[in-house]
Amino acid sequence: MTTQSLHTLSVLVENKPGVLARVSGLFSRRGFNIDSLAVGETENPDVSRITIVVNAESSPLEQVTKQLNKLVNVLKIVELDPQVSVARELLLVKVRAERSARAQVLETVNLFRARVVDVAPDTLTIEATGTPDKLDALLRDLEPYGIKEMVQSGTVAIGRGSRSITVGPALRAA
Amino acid sequence: MTRPTPETLAHSARRSRPAGEPATDADRAAPAARATAPAVRQSEPVQVSGAGSLVRSLEALGVDVVFGIPGGAILPAYDPLYDSTVRHILVRHEQGAGHAATGYAQATGRVGVCMATSGPGATNLVTPIADAYMDSVPMVAITGQVPRQAIGTDAFQEADIQGITLPITKHNFLVQTPEEIPQVLAEAFHLAATGRPGPVLVDIPKDVLQAQTTFTWPPTLDLPGYRPTLHPHGKQIREAARLMTAARRPVLYVGGGVLKAGATEGLRRLAELTGIPVVTTLMALGAFPDSHRQHLGMPGMHGTVAAVYGLQKADLIVALGARFDDRVTGRLDTFAPDAAVVHADIDPAEIGKNRHADVPIVGDARHVIDELVAAVTAERAAHEPADLADWWNQLDDLRRRYPLGYEEPADGTLSPQYVIERLGKIAGPDAIYVAGVGQHQMWASQFISYEKPYTWLNSGGLGTMGYAVPAAMGAKVGRPDTVVWGVDGDGCFQMTNQELATCALEGIPVKIAVINNGNLGMVRQWQTLFYNERYSNTELGTHKHRIPDFVKLAEALGCVGLRCESAADVDKTIKAAMEINDVPVVIDFVVGKDAMVWPMVAAGTSNDEIMFARGVRPAFDEDEL
Repeated sequence: MTTQSLHTLSVLVENKPGVLARVSGLFSRRGFNIDSLAVGETENPDVSRITIVVNAESSPLEQVTKQLNKLVNVLKIVELDPQVSVARELLLVKVRAERSARAQVLETVNLFRARVVDVAPDTLTIEATGTPDKLDALLRDLEPYGIKEMVQSGTVAIGRGSRSITVGPALRAA
Repeated sequence: MTRPTPETLAHSARRSRPAGEPATDADRAAPAARATAPAVRQSEPVQVSGAGSLVRSLEALGVDVVFGIPGGAILPAYDPLYDSTVRHILVRHEQGAGHAATGYAQATGRVGVCMATSGPGATNLVTPIADAYMDSVPMVAITGQVPRQAIGTDAFQEADIQGITLPITKHNFLVQTPEEIPQVLAEAFHLAATGRPGPVLVDIPKDVLQAQTTFTWPPTLDLPGYRPTLHPHGKQIREAARLMTAARRPVLYVGGGVLKAGATEGLRRLAELTGIPVVTTLMALGAFPDSHRQHLGMPGMHGTVAAVYGLQKADLIVALGARFDDRVTGRLDTFAPDAAVVHADIDPAEIGKNRHADVPIVGDARHVIDELVAAVTAERAAHEPADLADWWNQLDDLRRRYPLGYEEPADGTLSPQYVIERLGKIAGPDAIYVAGVGQHQMWASQFISYEKPYTWLNSGGLGTMGYAVPAAMGAKVGRPDTVVWGVDGDGCFQMTNQELATCALEGIPVKIAVINNGNLGMVRQWQTLFYNERYSNTELGTHKHRIPDFVKLAEALGCVGLRCESAADVDKTIKAAMEINDVPVVIDFVVGKDAMVWPMVAAGTSNDEIMFARGVRPAFDEDEL
């Protein structure tokens, strides 16, 4: 039996109302926990791309992929291999940074190539992008100063190399 | 016997049949062939309301009948419907409309259509939609919705039926503009009828129905993500043929997909070519003649010993349009431990869902079976097929020692199995039998001989009590020249019998045999077996108090009501009902309450634990191969 592991699915869907509900509803209905989810338009305005990170064994993942494929608005599903893809998250975090601690916080920000996007007398708001591991490390370093608020996007991911995941012309001509 | 309904009443409400619609029964009895070929007509652009566009779309799609009930939000659609060639049958409850659409679809292979208003009208369709989803029935449900600007405001009779039916439809639509009505309807019918069939819901806001629009036909379908695989992969077919020729203990495990695909003739060729034993699931009864020597019967919880053990001991299971449902497999991890599996289904998600497939085949059952026939023929020419004589000897021995049967009740009451057996004999293999859910359903699956496809309708996946009366109504509308018998329980019958009023008024002379044991019989059987005979809330009072009196109820609903309480009267009463063809008939068969359905594989146990009768396990050990 394989253990549970994270899988990143790129799901191309028709850009229509309610499609996200169909996709996310299917996951919960079939007993899958979505680790993260991000959705946005693609190079083709008729097509949206949903990036789903799901925690699953491989055989139930195959079942949920097949069920997803049955959704009429789903055009294509690709599982991205972490070895040959780039995955990023966006983090916004508001850290306590009194005058005495500010220099140290800024040093951490620079170390992680993050950016300060807002300054208040007692806090700094930091923007960072990266892999989930990098963002976890950044948060660990900022933790001692006091994290007042944070928000994270879902993972977005794209394959490396010149090949791209798009909806072929055959798919558009029904 | 009384005949309360004047024939004039039975026909007065009948609207004219659509012109050009072939109404002969023979045409209607070959599903799948026509399912994808709606009567598409060209139409030049014409100014109509959204409602007019809806009704014209239905006409262009070749719809001959819609089951429904009007109400506020759908009301605009009923105005053009009044003048349409589409026959609308006014039911008494939306659930009846939904099951009638299913019965119509299951009996004819055409898309069944039901219609309801927003809110409670739509939510009353939820059960039959879920039912159709589980049994892959081609159905289109059309619902009215509150006007667009009122959506999301908790308006009067508002329900998010699109959201509610997301998990129980193949697809659903909320129509946004009147212009898209023809396209959405055409897409809905296409989705419902093709690939793995299923219910599709079309929700239309009232103001969209009222707005002016242009109707043109045919529309262009835009379903880029929908491309069902019909033709199987040749390599997989050849591998399946190789296994089917080499296997020493093979079984063809036939599911409802074979009926949906209209593949029964091919199935018979494949079975006779290979000599492989056949089992047909509850959804597939009639796909292979019960009387055929190679038919072992139905597998599963209440299947025959030979069918259950045939699968269990097989070295090769060839699943055709079946889905390894828990009622068939019993405890999954002990199911058919030695079998390699060839799994052919049009839905890739079914393959490997419950049981690993050694040879997965995605395709329409008709194409799959035709290609298997060719490949097996070639394989048998090249290689000597395995000798199945030992396998057949073992199976024949099981059939001989453990045939389907029943004991007469010790208390002298009428045996329900006897009633159903006689009904099958007298009405014969040309009649359509429509069952509810419970003991009577299982007995009807066991003791009626199904020789032809599309003669057995039931709620298999969802197990919907109350299915029989409205589904029988729909079947009779679809195949008016065929005798349609509902076999119902007294519990089921009390859920949906109001549709008999519809049948009486609309001239739909179904016949209903109520197997009245005064109890929720299947639940009572489980209480007998698993709850120490503590009969909590299963006694219905239809015996003790005769409430309701089914004969009086039938008469009140405009039907003929008959009662039969002794074995001596069974044939006579059935024959009397067979003579009545102008009004619906209900027979109240007052039967004993202690009869049980056997054989039985108790829920959650292994098929190896099958009980032939209470306390009687078949002796198999000496037969181990």
